[in-house]
Amino acid sequence: MMQEGFVKALLNSDLPVPEGLIDSMGRPAGRRFSVYRNNVAGSLTEALRASFPVLEKLLGAEYFAALAGVFLRAHPPTSRMMMLYGTEMPAFLEGFVPLAHLPYLADVARLEQARRETYHASDSTVDAAALAIAPERFLAARLVLAPPVRVVRSRYPVVSIWRANAEDGPAPMMQSEDALVLRNGYDPSVHLLPQGGAAFVAALQAGKTVEAGMDAAGDAFDLAAMLALLIGNNGIAALEEDL
Amino acid sequence: MFDASETGLPARPGVGYKAQHFKDILDTPGTVAWLEIHAENYMGDGGRPLAQLRHLAERFAFSVHGVGLSIGGEGPLDSAHLARLKHLCDWLNPASFSEHLAWSSHDETFLNDLLPLPYTQATVTRVADHVDRVQEVLGRRMLLENPSSYLAFAGAEMGEVDFLRAVALRTGCGLLLDVNNVFVSATNLNFDAADYLADFPVEFVGEVHLGGHFADADDHGAPLLIDNHGAAVVDPVWQLYAGLIGRAGPLPTLIEWDNDVPDWPVLAAEAARAARILEPVA
Repeated sequence: MMQEGFVKALLNSDLPVPEGLIDSMGRPAGRRFSVYRNNVAGSLTEALRASFPVLEKLLGAEYFAALAGVFLRAHPPTSRMMMLYGTEMPAFLEGFVPLAHLPYLADVARLEQARRETYHASDSTVDAAALAIAPERFLAARLVLAPPVRVVRSRYPVVSIWRANAEDGPAPMMQSEDALVLRNGYDPSVHLLPQGGAAFVAALQAGKTVEAGMDAAGDAFDLAAMLALLIGNNGIAALEEDL
Repeated sequence: MFDASETGLPARPGVGYKAQHFKDILDTPGTVAWLEIHAENYMGDGGRPLAQLRHLAERFAFSVHGVGLSIGGEGPLDSAHLARLKHLCDWLNPASFSEHLAWSSHDETFLNDLLPLPYTQATVTRVADHVDRVQEVLGRRMLLENPSSYLAFAGAEMGEVDFLRAVALRTGCGLLLDVNNVFVSATNLNFDAADYLADFPVEFVGEVHLGGHFADADDHGAPLLIDNHGAAVVDPVWQLYAGLIGRAGPLPTLIEWDNDVPDWPVLAAEAARAARILEPVA
């Protein structure tokens, strides 16, 4: 019972310090309790900074810290693994009125979240021989994507924004961009998906054949470029055919 | 009941492992005998963290140190988290597993901090039940670490040393003695750190922690030390440590530096300082 009141007071500094907490002279704990308040807010803010570095760069350190303070009280962690803390950040940003004039931030957060998932995803390597198949059978086969593969679709130039801030890329142009996150080795890489690419990857993830994926991707889709991107970055784990 | 092959950590210096030191550690063999990791950082499915661990585990003994189990929580232990710990320990087979005398979660909320407990008989029972469960699930003996305290509970029924001794006796667990935490708590709660250490049941100690803190003040201007693992070990803590080792003999000793992590030579120098205290009594 003690811990419930303790948690509420930790996350809400307007609440009084819980009763029964004292210093060595028996006086009320006062700002000694604030050590725990500061530790909780500080450690969670640090976890969010580590997870969303481009978001922090876009907002500035001071604004980001204030945003983190609001976020962590609205969405304290439910998992003990800080590597995944902040999954609610994109949706939180979409509803955060003071930042409504920067509508691309939610997609930037989605991309940073995807990179983090990719970093910790299962290892997989496949040798090229496992992907060898007669061309006439290829369209009817299914490509199984590697565990680290993530797609982030956006109405905004999310890839360019990310590159401009994380890799000193050129200034973004106003256009829609879909991002593909891959991992060849241990570092995630962020790629711009070609037109129709997101629909193609979504079809593969749904277990559809290459041919069905191409139908979903539309006429302008460049299958060769898409496959080069996936195979060149260890994005395909296996090739399956119906028996 | 427990893994009989477990021999514990070597009674020499180790450091808290940070990914940025991976190459330095491999390039300077002999600097440290063992490494400690925070369990929760290695619960992903794959990638660099686990690959580095796999590589280092061929050369170093490991200590897995949990920071999120909430052993002092009023509610039951998180079974899913305990299963992840078991998975990690089964895979890595560390020389030691340890956790904190603290709580960090309530219902669905995880606070990511080590929160204080009232030292009462009821708390002894609850903590001991949780330690029993951990040891049963992991199939190995665990070490329980003394916390840094910033405040006290009006309803306390015993001191911290008596509390830890009671839990160790009831569960068969070992203790992790953090000398910096003793110094921090002694300053904050106005007791004598040397007396605390003199009373501490060293026969249960499987590991010692040494870390840094920073100094603040309370509402009345009294010193309030904050355990932040973000600085060098201070001289009074080294003196307490030397006294402890003089009495207890050599013990596995961790240099713990988690924030504002320094370059490897700084950390290695702290480990060397511990080695100079350990070697004469070895």
